[in-house]
Amino acid sequence: MANLRDIRRRIKSVKNTAQITRAMQLVAAAKMKKAQDQALAGREYAAHLTQVLFDIRRNFTEESHPLLEHRQGGRELVLVISTDKGLCGPLNTNLAKAVRAKTSPDAHFVTVGRKLRTMCEKLGKKVIADFTVKDPVPFSQTRPIAKFVTQQFLEGNYDKVSIAFTSFVNTLRQEPEVVTLLPIQGHRKGEEQAFESIGKGFSVEEHVNDPARDFTFEPNPSEVLASILPLYVNYEVFQAHVESRASEHSARMVAMKSATDNAKKFIKELTLEYNKLRQGAITAELLEITTAMKAME
Amino acid sequence: MALHLDIVTPEKKVFSAPVDNVYLPGADGEIGVLPAHAGLVTALKPGELRYLHNGQVVTLAVGSGFAEVTQTKVVVLTDMALGEAEIDEQTAEAAIKRAEEKLANVDHSMDAEEVAYLQGIISRSAAAIHFKRKHRG
Repeated sequence: MANLRDIRRRIKSVKNTAQITRAMQLVAAAKMKKAQDQALAGREYAAHLTQVLFDIRRNFTEESHPLLEHRQGGRELVLVISTDKGLCGPLNTNLAKAVRAKTSPDAHFVTVGRKLRTMCEKLGKKVIADFTVKDPVPFSQTRPIAKFVTQQFLEGNYDKVSIAFTSFVNTLRQEPEVVTLLPIQGHRKGEEQAFESIGKGFSVEEHVNDPARDFTFEPNPSEVLASILPLYVNYEVFQAHVESRASEHSARMVAMKSATDNAKKFIKELTLEYNKLRQGAITAELLEITTAMKAME
Repeated sequence: MALHLDIVTPEKKVFSAPVDNVYLPGADGEIGVLPAHAGLVTALKPGELRYLHNGQVVTLAVGSGFAEVTQTKVVVLTDMALGEAEIDEQTAEAAIKRAEEKLANVDHSMDAEEVAYLQGIISRSAAAIHFKRKHRG
């Protein structure tokens, strides 16, 4: 049984921990709001862009643009977006699991965020580049990343580029996802729902035999395609970052909240035990005094 | 038959409601869209977008981007869409200056995408300033 001083010391240290986790919770909550707004605002644009691309896909074949080209061969590049800091619950572990399950074992990696980079290094995976992205996510910092992976794809170093990120569902739920970025999917007929849009909650409408979707192009089809495809890649990468960031702050907020709650519960228990002991000590003391008095009579 | 107009930027959905007509700054010149327009996908250049909503003509300064036109719907995807009140000339001019400085430091032959991006900022901000001055004067 612990003595009074030990318990007092423990209460103090738990209180300190609670204070820290509570501060972290408040910081994460403030950042979370911003990041969530950014993620939700960007979804609309990404979804519309996907829809436009999907609508016009019948006007093009794989040969229309190098970013559409499906290649044989399984050299895969995975862009992994994790967090720089820990203490955000099972976020990174879940993402790591999804990456292991859904990518080929000899894939190479491009990482954003320190957590999964160290994991990749530990597992002996090849990391060919690493980027850092500020918070909140500026578009100007995700563009170089999109450019880098596009270049790797166009130069023929890899046949496929995937992107692994955590999709933001709500404050309590974040889902790890691995989607194909390049070659841009979905222009193939009969490939249903191959068009994966980053940022769920919008489904792509199918209009196969709608004559209104027989588009004319201005200035001309290849020029439109040449500017819309890189834009699409840029935005998918950007949106993935924004979603990951929103997930990170949400997960951290929730993790820190439960840590604070646990600490508070623990303090309560310890205080109860402390008081019991204290009471016991007083009772024992009183008993001693009365016994002594009785003996003196 | 109504024509539904959506104007979307990466930051937010700027406008979404039925309109009577839309004028877009297309890459090859201004395009007027009325309900039941033929399907069209066009690139947009920075300029002025007008639409008639509830009997009122509304004008916005838009950046480069795309528009998808179907018989009942116009979707405008652009990197900027601002009303007159939202444009701050000084900010726009500062943005041009910054982009021009960067542009001077970029190797034009090596980094075509970066150059295009910076030129995009310049032309977009210039369009915003032009728009602001026109509507004030």
